[in-house]
Amino acid sequence: MPWLVRRLATVVLSLGLIMGGTAAIAQETIKVAFIAPFSGAFAANGDAWLKMLTYAMNNVNARGGALGRKFELVTFDDKIQPAEALIALKAATDQNISIIMGGIGSNVAAAMVEGVSKYNQRNPRNRVVYLNVSALSNELTEEKCDFWHFRFSANVRMRVATMVKGLPADVKSVYLMNQDYLYGQGVAADTKRFLGEWRPDVKIVGEEFIPLGKIKDFSSYVPKIKASDAQALLTSNWGPDFNLLMKAGNEGGLDIKYYTFSAHLNGGPRAMGDGGGNRALAVLEGHDNMGEETGNQAADNWVKGWRATGAEFDFPWVNFQTTWDMLAAAVTKAGGTDALKVALALEGIEANDVYGKKNVMRKEDHQLLQPFYTAVFTKPVKYDSEKTGWGWKTQSGASLPDLTFPPNCNMKRPSGS
Amino acid sequence: MSGSSSSSALGRNWLWIVVLLIAIGLPWLFYDWEKARHSGFLLTMLSQMGMMIIFALSYNMLMGQAGLLSFGHAVFFGLGGYCTIHFLNAAEAGSLPLPLEIMPLLAAFSGLGFGIVFGYMAAKQRATAFAMITMGIGELIAVAAIMFHAFFGGEGGVSANRMIERSVLGVGYGAASEVYYLILTWTVIAALLMLFLTKTPLGAMANATRDNFERAQFMGYDPRRVRFLQFALSGFFAGLGGGLYAITYEIVTFDAVAGALSANAVLMTYIGGATIFYGPILGATLITLLQSGLSLLSNAWLIYVGVLFILMVTFAPAGLAGMIEAHGPIARAGRMGRLAVPYLRLLIPGGATLLGAVGLVEIASFVTIGAAQGKSLSVFGYKIGVDDTMPWVIAFALLGVGGAWLRIEIRHFARVWEDVTADIKQRSV
Amino acid sequence: MEIILISLLNGFVYGMLLFMLASGLTLIFSMMGVLNFAHAGIYMIGAYVAFEISRLVGYFPALFIAPLVCAAIGAAIEVWGLRRTHHNGHIAELLFTFGLFFIIERGVQMIWGMLPVPYRVPAVLDFPLFTLYGINFPAYRGFMLLVAAGMLLGIWLMLTRTRIGLIIQASLTHPNMVSALGHNVPRVFTIVFAGGCGLAGLAGVIGGNYQVTEPSMAAALGPIVFVVVVFGGLGSLGGCFVASIIVGMVQTFAVVVDVSLSDMLGGIGTWIGTKNLLGEILSVPVARIGPLLPYLMMVLMLLFRPRGLLGTRDT
Repeated sequence: MPWLVRRLATVVLSLGLIMGGTAAIAQETIKVAFIAPFSGAFAANGDAWLKMLTYAMNNVNARGGALGRKFELVTFDDKIQPAEALIALKAATDQNISIIMGGIGSNVAAAMVEGVSKYNQRNPRNRVVYLNVSALSNELTEEKCDFWHFRFSANVRMRVATMVKGLPADVKSVYLMNQDYLYGQGVAADTKRFLGEWRPDVKIVGEEFIPLGKIKDFSSYVPKIKASDAQALLTSNWGPDFNLLMKAGNEGGLDIKYYTFSAHLNGGPRAMGDGGGNRALAVLEGHDNMGEETGNQAADNWVKGWRATGAEFDFPWVNFQTTWDMLAAAVTKAGGTDALKVALALEGIEANDVYGKKNVMRKEDHQLLQPFYTAVFTKPVKYDSEKTGWGWKTQSGASLPDLTFPPNCNMKRPSGS
Repeated sequence: MSGSSSSSALGRNWLWIVVLLIAIGLPWLFYDWEKARHSGFLLTMLSQMGMMIIFALSYNMLMGQAGLLSFGHAVFFGLGGYCTIHFLNAAEAGSLPLPLEIMPLLAAFSGLGFGIVFGYMAAKQRATAFAMITMGIGELIAVAAIMFHAFFGGEGGVSANRMIERSVLGVGYGAASEVYYLILTWTVIAALLMLFLTKTPLGAMANATRDNFERAQFMGYDPRRVRFLQFALSGFFAGLGGGLYAITYEIVTFDAVAGALSANAVLMTYIGGATIFYGPILGATLITLLQSGLSLLSNAWLIYVGVLFILMVTFAPAGLAGMIEAHGPIARAGRMGRLAVPYLRLLIPGGATLLGAVGLVEIASFVTIGAAQGKSLSVFGYKIGVDDTMPWVIAFALLGVGGAWLRIEIRHFARVWEDVTADIKQRSV
Repeated sequence: MEIILISLLNGFVYGMLLFMLASGLTLIFSMMGVLNFAHAGIYMIGAYVAFEISRLVGYFPALFIAPLVCAAIGAAIEVWGLRRTHHNGHIAELLFTFGLFFIIERGVQMIWGMLPVPYRVPAVLDFPLFTLYGINFPAYRGFMLLVAAGMLLGIWLMLTRTRIGLIIQASLTHPNMVSALGHNVPRVFTIVFAGGCGLAGLAGVIGGNYQVTEPSMAAALGPIVFVVVVFGGLGSLGGCFVASIIVGMVQTFAVVVDVSLSDMLGGIGTWIGTKNLLGEILSVPVARIGPLLPYLMMVLMLLFRPRGLLGTRDT
């Protein structure tokens, strides 16, 4: 008997804690759910994104939030697994949260897009809108596009276009290295397409797909890359695949430039260290020195504010700030947090990003249109990255019209829209 | 162990009927009458529990009943799930006109198929080689599931829509509650089937090969054949669980075959108790609660699971069920009352020790992780500064004092237990 | 040609690192029957401790202190943990180390955070040893080889020349007999477990800056080490050595092989097509299925020769 009571009590207690805990939070705030990994291998990203999103949200709250209410982030751990993310979605909807942020892990994001779509179909009175802040694969706003999904980050195509546009004229031979999954394959495909269209003078002298996260020692690739006489290595590797690649390249004495998509993300500069100096370039939406470069005091103050929080990494995802700005404006326009109204308000919304440049949330495919840049890891700079002494300096840029590609989305619009 | 008299067998049955009634009624306890909707989270968690119960029970067919330690059990669960997703897609396309209720059965048969194939490879091996080969197969399939797009769909997985508009009961299965009751039904069916299996000659021989390999051989049964059959059948039920997973989440990714899920099977079964049939049910329930519920509350929930596991392995290798069953003789002799006061005396020092330990872990976790996230520790609205010494002192004190007191109380409890047990033995002689 | 030579060298270095890790595991496994799941966790602790010590005192002291710390941890685990579960059977011990692994991993994350720590090669060893076809071979890798060779020599000397070594050797193949002969088996167990953990710690010192020191390093290397142990066979350090080199070579060479299975089988791929699973498996280049190969090797070995390459006992 006692065990039965114990078992019941555990169940009720846990659930009570969950629900009671939420009741304790003031009713005035506008709650936004953030579903991300906070345990497991990707917890570092979850933690970092949370810190950045919180800072951006605080800036919006300092200006008054929306409709006289402040925003509040409620976190849910998805353990980087789609099933857990869907469970988290249910937990969020139980708490009557209608705005969901997420985007770590392209597989999780894809599952969320579909999950939200099905959920909204089956629960028309409790719909949610999904704000994707960092899942980049093109298909989320193309084959898999959905009315309830909004991508607040430049997709793979836009990033690759920026990189190819920024490829210096004297680079004639490149080696491609990408991770063997949807994201890496998308990068490779778009790289080949844009090189063919815009830089037919550049020869692709080698191409690798590496299994995600499995290679422990990249030094075997070094002789291959050297033998190909490539001047630049174009790689979208991230995480250990990126860190180990740079390590092997530097140890092996590979005299090559690295054009990367993730060198600027948290942990990247520290992993590169001196080895990346004047050698590594990154494709990014912004970096901490851009404000100072353009004489933009507001942007510089924004960076100062971020560094004052004691964060140990840069804030490259300036689109997080744009996301909150757009969300606040949309909620104001919608007069509330009803998912359909917010979604309609977000469509076509325009806002200036941290650098004062116009960003647009395109109606046809819910893709954020924005300018993008490449930067080189160099010194001296005003703000160095992760206490390495090196920092980012803009090298080239692509404007919003440059990166506006024709939409390719057939989304089913819900009734009343 | 299960050789109980008919009166206590009936006794155990009515308990399970109560549990079943609770399982049926629990969603209504948390029903939001205002908004006229169920708690989606509760339903999903209960559904997850159902699948994990089947998964853990099927794993115990190997671990507890046949003495086989497998590190790749998720393979059958996940492959059953992948197959079901493809069946669902086929049903939607019209090429598989079967009702949704039957889909889990199809999943089970695909699990059986894989169980036969892999079992043929694995069952010939002896203990550690068996464990290693299951680990190898598990890793192979897990890596393949990320790599290959045909069938596995690469790292994005494969998805389907469970509302295939074909149902024996005329249900649409759009609502989470409908799915839950389907899962509950299949869980009960699967559990009863597995219970039935333990009472068949195969079940008895599986136990025999576990206890004494050579002797089973002498008796004329081929222990390898017994193991093979047991392995294949455990694949059947694991596949069934996978089918329910596919129906609930409508997406199957490599996580469903990953090593982490195989590790979960070990955890659930062992903590619940591998030697008793219903042990895995307890373990699955507890671990699901911890993973889905506790992770909402704490950063360090993984540590709690690890510590719980180690404590069980060291002090209670028979698991939760074992601890419960140990009360059996005392309960039957009607002497449970004598344990009431010792249990109560354990309550306060136990609670203090727990509070101290949890406090320490939580404070420690907020030092680094919390700082990284920008969150701070707050208990019932009070903010606790992790840099002050006071919280640390309190936690240490609770742990130290509570721990010392607990040791005394445990010794007292053990003495009372021995007294009561010896007393019963004397009386029955 | 240059690719092959360089891959040979790198494969050998990686294989030696695997051997450092796997040797401790084999010793523990062969003697005590305990499959120490926490072994890779000890490796990780070794790397982090070495990072801290090299920050405070220097790299070369870390080379001695970190393995000692890990050995001490190992002894503590054995005396206060494993010994209690010993009477519950091998499965209980295995599961104990399993739970330990969780705790170690999460503990490391809590103490040092989730991101990689900048544990770098010491400046005195950070230069190219020689240059082969224009590619540098870092001196640090040569140093790794030196340490691994020294360790191998040390183990061999200890096993063959000291009394405790003889007892350990005997226990590797005939544990019950040794116990029956009256040796203090529990103390030998503690020594072996601590020694194995010390070896793992040494591997961590060396490997931590060869790779990246981060919380996921244990889970990344763990399964491969098991493959090596199983492949080499129980009760045989020599088999462990051979298996380490083979696995190291396979993983290193796999990335340079650009052909696919169907290329090798002469174009069957075009007949089967790539849309179905079989076709996809055949058409994927070997370089991309590199991570599968060690597990494939392990499964095949277990199927056809369960005692491993040079194993002296049936597992």
